[in-house]
Amino acid sequence: MTRLTVALGPGRALAIYLGAFVALAVLGLFAAEAVGAGIVVWLALLAFLGWHLIDALSRWDGMPRAAFTVAPLALGAVVLIGWEAVVRALGVPPVILPPPSAIAATFAGNLPTLWADFVQTILKGALSGYVIGCLFALGVAILVDRYDFFRRGLLPVGNFMAALPIVGTAPILVMWFGFDWQSKAAVVVVMVFFPMLVNIVAGLADTTQMQRDLMRTYSASYWQTLHRLRLPAALPFIFNGLKISATLALIGAIVAEFFGSPTVGLGFRINASLGQLALDMVWSVIVVAAIAGSLLYGALTLIENRLTFWHPSQRQ
Amino acid sequence: MTDTPVSGAGGGIGRTARASWVARALSGGLLPVVTVVIAILAIWYVAVVPMNIKEVLTQQERAGAEIVPPSAAERRDAGRWGLVFNNFDLIGPSWSMERARLPAPHQVAQELWASTWDEEVNGRRGIVRSGTLSNRSLIYHGGVTLGATVVGFLIGAALGVALAVGIVYSRVMDLSVMPWAIISQTIPIVALAPMIIVVLYSVGLSGLVAKAVISAYLSFFPVVVGMVKGLRSPDQMQMDLLHTYNATPAQQFWRLRLPSSVPYLFASLKIGIAASLVGAIVGELPVQRGGLGARMLGGSYYGQTEQIWAALFAAAVLAAGLVWLIGWIERRTLRAMGAPT
Repeated sequence: MTRLTVALGPGRALAIYLGAFVALAVLGLFAAEAVGAGIVVWLALLAFLGWHLIDALSRWDGMPRAAFTVAPLALGAVVLIGWEAVVRALGVPPVILPPPSAIAATFAGNLPTLWADFVQTILKGALSGYVIGCLFALGVAILVDRYDFFRRGLLPVGNFMAALPIVGTAPILVMWFGFDWQSKAAVVVVMVFFPMLVNIVAGLADTTQMQRDLMRTYSASYWQTLHRLRLPAALPFIFNGLKISATLALIGAIVAEFFGSPTVGLGFRINASLGQLALDMVWSVIVVAAIAGSLLYGALTLIENRLTFWHPSQRQ
Repeated sequence: MTDTPVSGAGGGIGRTARASWVARALSGGLLPVVTVVIAILAIWYVAVVPMNIKEVLTQQERAGAEIVPPSAAERRDAGRWGLVFNNFDLIGPSWSMERARLPAPHQVAQELWASTWDEEVNGRRGIVRSGTLSNRSLIYHGGVTLGATVVGFLIGAALGVALAVGIVYSRVMDLSVMPWAIISQTIPIVALAPMIIVVLYSVGLSGLVAKAVISAYLSFFPVVVGMVKGLRSPDQMQMDLLHTYNATPAQQFWRLRLPSSVPYLFASLKIGIAASLVGAIVGELPVQRGGLGARMLGGSYYGQTEQIWAALFAAAVLAAGLVWLIGWIERRTLRAMGAPT
């Protein structure tokens, strides 16, 4: 805890930091020209106050748990306010860095376009490829698990492929499957397949001899053992793979559009807007991609918490 | 493994050293891998036929051959396998088509050879005749990509380790920065790449620096997350022990936290360098100034499929080499730190 906070007392310190921070932010946002000359001092003050604000918030007894969400939000606010004020005060041209307010306005003004792009890239391209790729990986993983020969042959190849820049297959797959979402789904299938395979195989191996012996004493068949013991035991690994693959799926679907797409889609929009130097639109597309990625990740985490409540990493 | 081990007590008795080496290589995992690789090549060779059948038949028709659905319009809607079986005696040129939809493996190998060794040694622009690397060779383009990847990776990894130390030692940073580092892993950051390139280009930064910024950006977050995990990996017992030794925070960092973070660091460095390479390749797409990404996009513009495949394999070799290099440094480091080999 900083000496300043100690001297003031936690509650009063928090009020002072918050007041000064808001005053500084208002000054930067609405009197940008006045701040212009002293922008460095202003930024340093803003960062200093933001820092102490987060520190004081995180130690305030009033909301010990809320601090975990308040602190990152406060950092986000500091960054956004600083960004907006710097762009306005220094007159940064919007073709280099548009202010957040302009991005928000473009985002709100182009919702139908962005929604169409979202449907094209995320729902059609990324999600369909993601589901196909993960199911395919599950099938191959069971094959690999069943036959030791495949395990020793496919796994080294799979491990090798998982580290490769598979995104480079995008131009080839676009040539084969056309410009529409099918080629994007194909890129996503190839991208998510190997990380999923490696994770599922590692997960299926994650049972002890004791547990497998118990299943044998019940005279369980291979498939019963798989269904009742080994697949549930593999779930933490599978969800790890699903989370990694979720980001990869979005990357694959967006980057594949750089190699050719219909006139709709997030990657197309980025390229087209860059050509017009409409950077506020590019940033809006990135916001859409970020929201999609976070939602997918959040949904996976929720399902994981429901299904793997028994795992040590989930215990509170 | 179910068969008798070749190594171990009594293993390999009665065999010559060479035979036992071969047997060890076979039972030790080489045979299955080779089988799988051969299977992939075989599938590839078979797949070449239906993938290229329409172009092959058009070419054969020009050469005067009789084709079973005689009109081009009928062939366009026909199934690929059906065309293959109806014109089975005409599929010969499938494996030697120029600009094939799927070039055969040996065509890709030829292109790789032609655009590396042949171009540099025998070509007019090659290093032997002109003294500089040819701008048509994959060695040159691979070098461009490699430079951006390595510079970006070093910057990203250094910043990532620095931020991780900050997060571990500062409560404020842990609370405020760490959630963003985790969230940023769930968003496709690579979508930013074209914009970063164009913006840096308009402020006068181009080429290696711009691509290195993207590479650094992509390798940064995996290193932060892995390194924070590593620096926090010493358990309470070990921390308490250092406490009883009256160790200073600096000693605690250099003697306990940093050494125990090394395995985590290398695991995330491997992810980071692969991400760096992807960043450099994607960064080469908007501005066509050399690099493997530029070769891929150029190949896709002009339908030069062998060129795309060759660039893809060059990227694969580069990625495998970089990950292997990190793994080699990891093994050396862990051995120097006294890990059992």
